[in-house]
Amino acid sequence: MYCLICHQKIIYHHTWNSMLSPLSQICEECSIQLEPIQAPICERCGRPFKEPSICNDCLNWQRDPQYEKSLAFNRAIFTYNDRMKDIVYRWKYRGDYELVHLFKPYISEKFPQFYPNTKIPLVPIPLTDERMYERGFNQAEAIAQIIRDQFHNPIVHALSRKQNSHEKQSKKSKIQRIQADNPFKLKISINKPIIIVDDIYTTGTTIHHAAKRLKEAGSPAVYSLTMIR
Amino acid sequence: MDFPKQLTGKILLKEELPFEKDEIQHLLDSNDLIRTPSITKTFFQLICNRCGNKKHHLFGKIPCYRCQKTHFYCRNCIQTGRAMECTMLYEWTGPQANWPHETNPCAWEGTLTPAQSKAATAIQRAIQKHKEQLVWAVCGAGKTEMLFPGITYALQQGKRICLATPRSDVVRELMPRFQTAFPHTKIEALYANSSQKTGEGQLILSTTHQLIRYKHAFDVMIIDEIDAFPYHQDPSLHSLAERACKQISSKIYLTATPREKLKKRVSKIQLAAEFVPIRFHGHPLPVPISKLEWNLRKKINNKKLPQTLDSFLQARNPQRQLLIFVPTIHQLPLIKQLLINRFESLETVHAEDEERKEKVEAFRQKKYELLITTTILERGVTFPSVDVVILDAGHHVFDEAAIVQIAGRAGRSPIDPTGDVLLIHQGLTEAIKAAIKHIQSMNNRAKNQMQPTKIKRS
Ligand SMILES: [Zn+2]
Ligand SMILES: [Zn+2]
Ligand SMILES: [Zn+2]
Repeated sequence: MYCLICHQKIIYHHTWNSMLSPLSQICEECSIQLEPIQAPICERCGRPFKEPSICNDCLNWQRDPQYEKSLAFNRAIFTYNDRMKDIVYRWKYRGDYELVHLFKPYISEKFPQFYPNTKIPLVPIPLTDERMYERGFNQAEAIAQIIRDQFHNPIVHALSRKQNSHEKQSKKSKIQRIQADNPFKLKISINKPIIIVDDIYTTGTTIHHAAKRLKEAGSPAVYSLTMIR
Repeated sequence: MDFPKQLTGKILLKEELPFEKDEIQHLLDSNDLIRTPSITKTFFQLICNRCGNKKHHLFGKIPCYRCQKTHFYCRNCIQTGRAMECTMLYEWTGPQANWPHETNPCAWEGTLTPAQSKAATAIQRAIQKHKEQLVWAVCGAGKTEMLFPGITYALQQGKRICLATPRSDVVRELMPRFQTAFPHTKIEALYANSSQKTGEGQLILSTTHQLIRYKHAFDVMIIDEIDAFPYHQDPSLHSLAERACKQISSKIYLTATPREKLKKRVSKIQLAAEFVPIRFHGHPLPVPISKLEWNLRKKINNKKLPQTLDSFLQARNPQRQLLIFVPTIHQLPLIKQLLINRFESLETVHAEDEERKEKVEAFRQKKYELLITTTILERGVTFPSVDVVILDAGHHVFDEAAIVQIAGRAGRSPIDPTGDVLLIHQGLTEAIKAAIKHIQSMNNRAKNQMQPTKIKRS
């Protein structure tokens, strides 16, 4: 087998491989460069935090009357370190779809810890049609499919994304991003709890926008899961 | 719009074409542009026609939204664009571009040493006769200048030229030198994330990976560091360079440390070779000193400064900057921590360092006394006055060629033509012995060449 990230042949190393999930497709060297998030974390956004409480960014969200009740909490698997930045760049922007498989063993371990014994519907964050055509795939959808295959949670495409909305977040300042109009439109309302799925939680704006729509449409509790925080 | 200049010798994905949809359609209709599938699926294998990849594990599967089908895509060339079963490659078949014939392209006013001159003549002859030529020149021989007469000739003839090198640092370093030497020529530097990407220059300086967008483009292909990683690791890079050449073209290979395969072709007289054992300033290559340090790796891991390094630091000339090479990225912070109190300013750098470009430039401007690096700085980049240490020179990443190249960083300037090269190891390896022997034999050859009356005894 070859490493998904560096393409080197994975050499069977007894002590190493036996510790790993059979789902793993990356080599030892690549794997030690990834940083899974460890407790303590911010109880709201899931980032590593000095104590199990609520970080400043989250306090701001909670103070915002528009969003205070939108998102219950987010959970994330990895920190956004330099190595992960490279991977995300190759995966999303270069379009190296296969890289999504590297998340499989981590999802299988972490998802049931975050959301035990539930078949809560998954709502992947959608892309605009334009972006979807350009990229050829939706990274959030790809992650949701992994969760569905492992835990049988249904995927519901409850949201769509407006054309020419403020999707290219990286080019905007933080304030611009937060003030931007909500790019999501409701397609289907679900009056059950929901887990939003996305690749990354950066400022939280995307997820809060999506959560707000779902909450307005009658979901009693909206959670989210991202691969990276 | 000058389509021939933009498209001659290119092979591009649709999104790399700098035109609107209807313009592309127009060019296809007029047969000036043809398209072919970027991935070919035969009964027993997949082939990427963009990069030549045939290895099955370097193809991935993607559920394509455009086609609502799952198909293969190439992971080998994904860093420069995505070739999928449903994407096409576009090639120009219209009229070829005409490049200017400059009468006097070269503004360089320096003179070549006799050794450089001899190689320069051989290069020019190879370009005239559309031949292959190897130039085996020691580090610091001044090979860039040796290329000038040949490039001058080629530009006078209206030829298109490419200099390909494995490293983007080298492209960045060469660009201003070439632009000064050939001020009226359209020169372009291509590397990952370079700002220029039109690829329209008559003279292209490129990393080998960027040649992926060229086919039958160049009359002259100069391959720098032909022995370097990633060429000898990834044979598809050789075929990229090969494809970028016109059918009738000349190929110039430059190296200080040729691999066996190339040496064999030379000894079988399949490949003409010119040998330049003398540095341009005439001084010999610094010969590395090797020092044994017991339990070197253990000491580093336990954050203890190796004795040999300590005494070297105390005895060295503080006027010079210092480069310390370590085998892997993991040692960088450890060594930095060990030395942080010994230097006013120090930095670390590695291949994936986001500030690599800035750090190398800052070191060149003497902003740090010490730069701790992985093997990425083993070649190409020059700093005028440095001492060099390889810490753990017995590690397998330091093969003979790497050690020779690293030692070649010292003594580059005529003002300070010497420099210390220290190899610290915990057990002498064949590579260390071979590298030292290699350097000594180069120095002997240089001595013999400088005293032509001396008859070589066999
Ligand atoms: Zn938080
Ligand atoms: Zn390819
Ligand atoms: Zn397709």
